[in-house]
This record gives sequence, C-alpha cells and structure tokens, in this order.
Amino acid sequence: MTRMSDNTNTITNGPGAAAILAAGIGCFLIGLFFLFAEASPAAKSFFTFYKPSGALSGITTSAVAIWLVAWLLLARAWRKRNVNMWWVNLTAFLLLGLSLLLTFPPVIEMLLELGA
Amino acid sequence: MEITLRDLITVLHGMGFGALFLLAFSGAVAEMYRMSSPAASAPSSRGKTMLYLYLGAMVILAWAAVLSGTYLAYPWYRAAPPAGITDLAMYPRYLLLSSPTTAQWHNFGMEWKEHVGWLAPIAMTMVAYIYGKYGRVLAYQRQIRLAAFVFVVVAFIATAIAGAFGAFLNKYAPVRGGPTIQIMQSK
Repeated sequence: MTRMSDNTNTITNGPGAAAILAAGIGCFLIGLFFLFAEASPAAKSFFTFYKPSGALSGITTSAVAIWLVAWLLLARAWRKRNVNMWWVNLTAFLLLGLSLLLTFPPVIEMLLELGA
Repeated sequence: MEITLRDLITVLHGMGFGALFLLAFSGAVAEMYRMSSPAASAPSSRGKTMLYLYLGAMVILAWAAVLSGTYLAYPWYRAAPPAGITDLAMYPRYLLLSSPTTAQWHNFGMEWKEHVGWLAPIAMTMVAYIYGKYGRVLAYQRQIRLAAFVFVVVAFIATAIAGAFGAFLNKYAPVRGGPTIQIMQSK
C-alpha cells in the first residue's frame, strides 16, 4: 500500500494527458482530411498516396503521421508535468466527437452544401 | 472445398481481425472496471503480463483490420471495370453504384465504414499505452481513466459500424476473384 502511494505521488499525469490529447487530434484529422478530400478535387488528388486505395490511403497516413508527431511532442513537453486533466479531456472529447461527426457521410454532404 | 484468395483475405480482414477485435472489448472493459477501484487487489506479475498481452493483441488486431482493409480488400472493392464490361460482379463498387436501390450501400455505408473504422486503432493504441504506463496507479487517476473509457467506447462503436457495414456490403457486392486455393478435396 505504501508503495502504491509512492507511485501515485511520483508518476505525473503528463504522459497520459499527451497520449489522450494526441489520440483526439489523430481521430479528428481522419474526419477533417475526409472533408478536405470531398470538398476539393486537388485535395483528393493530394491524398491519393496509393492509387488502388484512392484518397483513403493519404487521409489515413497523414492523420496517423501527425498523430504520432503530436504525441511525441506533447509527451516531451509534459513528460515530468502534472497538467490540468479537465481541459485535456474536454479538448480530447470535443475532437473525438467532431471526428465521429466528420466521418459520417451525411454531415460531410451537409457541410459541402453549406460551403457551396 | 476451395476459396479464392480475395475471399480468404476479406474473411481474414472481417472475421479474423475485425470480429476478434470486437469480441475482445468485453474483456478489456471488465478489466478496466476492475482496475478502477482503489480497493481492487493488485494483480500478480502474471496477471499484469496477461493484461498487457491482451491489450497489445487488441492493438495489433485493430491495426491489422484497418491496414488489411485499406490496402488489400479496398483496392479490389473499388477497382474500375474495363470499358465495355457489362457484368459488374467482379467490381463491387461499380455494381452497387449501377443501381439506385444499392448505390447508398456505397455512398453511405462504405464511405462511413472506411473512415470511421480508423478511429479504433488510434484510440486502442492510446488506451493500451495508458494501461501499460500507469497500471494500478490508474485507480487514483480518475480523469485519465475516464478518457481511456470514453475512447474505448468510441473504438467499440466505430468497429461495430465498420463491421456491420462490412457484413452487409459483402452480402450485396462481395469482393470476389483471384487465384483459387484448394482447402479440401472430395474422396
């Protein structure tokens, strides 16, 4: 029990917060890049990293690459810090919610109609 | 008894990786709930190893499902038929789009499935890292636990959507073709 208390005091929440926020960013980018690809033929062409899979290859590869870089940078910045988890969670949940909306085709269609 | 290579890969993608990943959620959620109590007994080193292996296997299954889907099954699904072809059975995307009664299976179902499914491996990788990093200390990190739980739930929903539409799409426009593999011969 004493050992547990020691761990609780010495392990900061920074690394966990970095992983959570980065995951939110990664998920959000899947939806955002999907919207870009649907909105612009140039973006669709840009995201076509592997022709047989079309834009899906670039949308997902780009989102995963940025997610990993964001995770690395946040983990470095917050390695030894205790951060305000309330804000981290709120931001991550908002990004996650947006990712669910932006991967839902009727929402994309609605946004494209609004933008047209 | 024989199967084509494309059928085999599609089954592996959906049933081997996707369905197995989906089945593993109940175990993960049960263990997350158990570990969330400060009164829970500390797991033995064997128990901890099992949990890390379990979550690690889920991460591998999630990545295997999306990568095999995006780079193996999806190119077969979206392959364009050569000019003059009237039988679209080997070109699932074009087969679905050829009729107004099936077009939404692609425009809605496939478009949703192919993107939402990618949320699951990102979410599960984060959750596995959190459990590996914090272990029992998570009992005292309520906010981190909450985030892990929410991401697991979203990963489950995303996988369920992808899996359900995958099953329906395979009913209406299955990915077929490729070399035939003989599994068993009649006596």
